[in-house]
Amino acid sequence: MSVLELRSISKVFGRGAAEVQALRDISMSVPAGMMVAVMGPSGSGKSSLLTIAGTLEEPTSGAVLINGQDVERMSNGAKAQVRRRTIGYVFQDFNLLPGLTAAENVSLPLELDGMSARRAHLAGLKALEDLGLGDQARRFPDQLSGGERQRVAIARAVVGDRSLLLADEPSGALDSTNGEAVMRLIHTYCKRGTAAVVVTHDAQLASWADRVVFLRDGRIVDQTMPPAGPETLLEQSS
Amino acid sequence: MSVRHALLALLSEGPKYGLQLREEFEARTGEVWPLNVGQVYTTLQRLERDGLVETAGAAGAGGAGDDRVPAEHDALGTVPGAPQKAFRITPAGSAELDQWLRVPPDLSSPPRDELVMKVLVAITVPGTDVHEIIQAHRTYLVQLMQEWTRLKEDEDGSDLAFSLVVDAELFRLDSVVRWLDAADGRLRRAKAEGWAPARTAQATMPALARRRRIGARQQ
Repeated sequence: MSVLELRSISKVFGRGAAEVQALRDISMSVPAGMMVAVMGPSGSGKSSLLTIAGTLEEPTSGAVLINGQDVERMSNGAKAQVRRRTIGYVFQDFNLLPGLTAAENVSLPLELDGMSARRAHLAGLKALEDLGLGDQARRFPDQLSGGERQRVAIARAVVGDRSLLLADEPSGALDSTNGEAVMRLIHTYCKRGTAAVVVTHDAQLASWADRVVFLRDGRIVDQTMPPAGPETLLEQSS
Repeated sequence: MSVRHALLALLSEGPKYGLQLREEFEARTGEVWPLNVGQVYTTLQRLERDGLVETAGAAGAGGAGDDRVPAEHDALGTVPGAPQKAFRITPAGSAELDQWLRVPPDLSSPPRDELVMKVLVAITVPGTDVHEIIQAHRTYLVQLMQEWTRLKEDEDGSDLAFSLVVDAELFRLDSVVRWLDAADGRLRRAKAEGWAPARTAQATMPALARRRRIGARQQ
């Protein structure tokens, strides 16, 4: 069973002459452990795809299934729970709350989900330590570098064993070294079983994914084949 | 890539045998460019002819392991089973190496790039969707980049030469993908503005002369 499945998703904004078809008949499925990158120019529908996959927006037609459950058939309460427990979001501008420390930012979604403050704090600290940010736990976002902020945002997105990670240009505000570190991290989580969809226009960053899907005018126009073994490249060049 | 200068660089560390040079060349370039031993010996012969290296006798290099010439290399004029010759760099060789490191490779004129040619041809062939052609190449390039990235991911960064080679390859492929993206966008805008192959404007004579001068610099 796929963690995320999109079935013939279309999305139309506006009506009549102002109508814009943002997505047309998009189908894709992301199993546990797979990192998918979505590449395309601005206006190709990448961000709409991600907000619909993340249940933050409803498609005009088609179905979104998260762990086999049709989102449209869920109650609002159940949808909210999926957003808190199953899906982790990472944004280009990190979206950390400036008044909270790194640890508080990471533990907040767990507390909102009903976990005790103490347990949430410990889980938050562990998530930060996993990312090499144990020393920065008490710092506020403005005391962290861009790369550290994005790692805190990733810790917040994966804390509590969420199964689906959705990232919109997660390296967009970072230099190439930090951008690469963020993609390496997301791929590491995928190898441990998380499913991820990462939107990017950068081919070097997209190449961290197991599959790259190309979007153009709201349609999937092509995608890369599943990764070949590491040996093939060197055999070709010899 | 200059095997000649790579061998001079290895010899600048001290006298070495042919087989040793091949092994070290491959190790120092991240094992990405294989080199056959015949190529090593012919290059050494030319370097010797040009006075850039000289034989250092059968000893002195301290080369461990098999210093004997393998049987399959007797075509090179060496005697199988005989002790291998060690080579050492001459002062002229050192000067040549230093000069080579400083002189930039000739990137001044555009290479006749096959992918650029394919896109240029695709816009003129009737019934061909240039965007589809561009996408096919984009997919292939990103797939190649995925393979290099997997190699990079599996490597912890301790092989510095390999990491440098992988970075170079990823940046090179990335620049081609970016060019395809830019070409895709430029062609869409041109089509929206009513561009047709038959209406391509001719460059003025002085402009044409300038363009050809840049393109011809290499020839």
